[in-house]
Amino acid sequence: MSSIASGLKGRAELGVALLLGVVGVVVFLDTSRLAITYSQTDPVGPKTLPYLVSGLLIVCAVLLAIDVLRGGQGEAEGGEDVDLTHPADWKTVLPLAGAFIANILLIDWAGWVISGTILFWGSAWALGSRHYVRDGIISVALSVLTFYGFYLGLGIHLPAGVLKGIL
Amino acid sequence: MDVWSSLMDGFATALTPMNLLYAVIGVLLGTAVGVLPGLGPAMTVALLLPVTQVLEPTSAFIMFAGIYYGGMYGGSTTSILLNTPGESSSVITAIEGNKMAKAGRAAQALATAAIGSFVAGTIGTALLAMFAPIVVQFAVSLGSPSYFAIMVLALLAVTAVLGSSRLRGFSALGLGLAIGLVGAGSGQARLTFGIPLLTDGIDIVVVAVAIFALGEALWVAAHLRRTPLHAIPVGQPWMGKSDWKRSWKPWLRGTAFGFPFGALPAGGAEIPTFLSYVTEKRLSKHPEEFGHGAIEGVAGPEAANNASAAGTLTPMLALGLPTNATAAVMLAAFTGYGIQPGPQLFASQGPLVWALIASLFIGNFLLLIINLPLAPLWAKLLQLPRPYLYAGILFFATLGAYSVNLQAFDLVLLLVFGALGFMMRRFGLPVLPLILGVILGPRLEDQLRKALKLSGGDPLGPNGLFGEPIAVVVYIIVAIILVWPLLFKLYRRARPAAVSMPATSMPATRSGASEPQEAGGAVSHGSHRADGNPGGDGGDGDG
Repeated sequence: MSSIASGLKGRAELGVALLLGVVGVVVFLDTSRLAITYSQTDPVGPKTLPYLVSGLLIVCAVLLAIDVLRGGQGEAEGGEDVDLTHPADWKTVLPLAGAFIANILLIDWAGWVISGTILFWGSAWALGSRHYVRDGIISVALSVLTFYGFYLGLGIHLPAGVLKGIL
Repeated sequence: MDVWSSLMDGFATALTPMNLLYAVIGVLLGTAVGVLPGLGPAMTVALLLPVTQVLEPTSAFIMFAGIYYGGMYGGSTTSILLNTPGESSSVITAIEGNKMAKAGRAAQALATAAIGSFVAGTIGTALLAMFAPIVVQFAVSLGSPSYFAIMVLALLAVTAVLGSSRLRGFSALGLGLAIGLVGAGSGQARLTFGIPLLTDGIDIVVVAVAIFALGEALWVAAHLRRTPLHAIPVGQPWMGKSDWKRSWKPWLRGTAFGFPFGALPAGGAEIPTFLSYVTEKRLSKHPEEFGHGAIEGVAGPEAANNASAAGTLTPMLALGLPTNATAAVMLAAFTGYGIQPGPQLFASQGPLVWALIASLFIGNFLLLIINLPLAPLWAKLLQLPRPYLYAGILFFATLGAYSVNLQAFDLVLLLVFGALGFMMRRFGLPVLPLILGVILGPRLEDQLRKALKLSGGDPLGPNGLFGEPIAVVVYIIVAIILVWPLLFKLYRRARPAAVSMPATSMPATRSGASEPQEAGGAVSHGSHRADGNPGGDGGDGDG
């Protein structure tokens, strides 16, 4: 990895420290607004653990920031299908997240069969599959099968949405 | 005796046709998913949690038992045929296993792994059945202060001992504890930000699915291999006479390493598999074969891996303390059924626990008879087109998380925590401390409350946190775990020549990046994913 890239990586990890710090501060602020109701039955109170957690997070944030500035690095995780030699491929991840968000927006209105189809088809497309028809058939089949499988097999009624009455 | 008759009752429950069917489904699902790249046993259990919520608890846990061992076995198949271990626990198996496969001995490697897993799993489960009741007897005599101390120990041990960076472990733990705070469980609405849907807390299923499944799928998607790895084709596994002769002792020795380490908090499977490998290399009559596909190097570590999986269940069932990711998710399933994990579990849910233990035996046996003939089929699973695999993971993760409460809001949480899981993988934050923090955080607070109620609110009083001898002993162990790396660093600084390290990596030692006890296991992000190249993980054992 070039020195520029590793420099960038070092700076990116500061974001983790920032996140830890922000969460720590949020936990602290949220806890401090709780009204204390001291009672014999609850000597610990609702504030003790949150304060400890916020302290832990803030300490970790500071130490992590120092560690990163001194050149420390977290190891990115490997795996069977993971190739760490090339940088993160946002052209895959962003459409994938898009398919996921589309599902969130559509699931209650359009129903699982439609939103699930879009989710699978969109994800497969984002991941590089270009067999549009085959992907479509698999997507529809999976969505319909899970809809009925959950309905009949598990008694879980996934939303039918606009297809209500047809399914 | 008592254990024996309880166990027989367990078998009677587990062997009913329906439950046997669940065991078979569990074993098949577990192996299939374990073989699939990118999916570990923890993720499998997490994905199936919502589905099993409608089953009877006994049937669900019988299925989990199958998934647990099946996932383990599936993982080793992948590492032998692909040479990239799916789980940190199969790193060592991959070293010799893949060399054997490349030399045309894939069938023998898979056979010794399968039979070794069976032997180790059976012995390990028997030890579990023997020791868990003893641990329970000891544990029920403990008061809240001791129990609180043991929970602290489990959390800190997993955070500080496993993983390559303690600092990042504690960061993950803090995040997990913060997630566990959300909700009104303490009587006050904490971290709900006025959102009514958060009042009940964040469903552990959603967190687990998000971190394990979604985070993993997004992470792999960002770094998908352009050219998928080539899997070595394999026929029916079998072993010749000399293979048996060379395998049986490593199986037993591996079991002896694996079980105790699995039973310890933070023992994990990495250290025993590594120890087993080194031992077999030293004892082997064919040390020159190591590094070129020695069967002992597959048999021993694989047995150690499975025995440690059985060992892990001892603290999980006897104390309610999960020490690996799969056990953590299974514990979440217990709470999903309203079953209180802890020392009272054996008393309150005796039939369920014994049915679970009995089905571990059954699952193990099923694995052996199912997996030997099906190995060529499993190998074919490795060819599944990656877009379908990861799209499928996303699809089922969504379905699972949504079906718990049928709320689109849960999917928003899923995405948020999925993004968190992605970030953690990117920056080397281990996943296990986070999950344990979410699960154990609320129980820790509960136990602290109980302990202090007894002492009248005085933490240092005679009935306070240090009021029981066991608690004091446990705190001393905690202190040693925390201080040990500092002492080690001082020692090394006093003798800088002892370990020659590049100057640039010195700051990294601050976070414990290179303690020797971790160098062997090399890894262990709690998600059971391994880092790095197995060949480089000290497996050559030249030390």
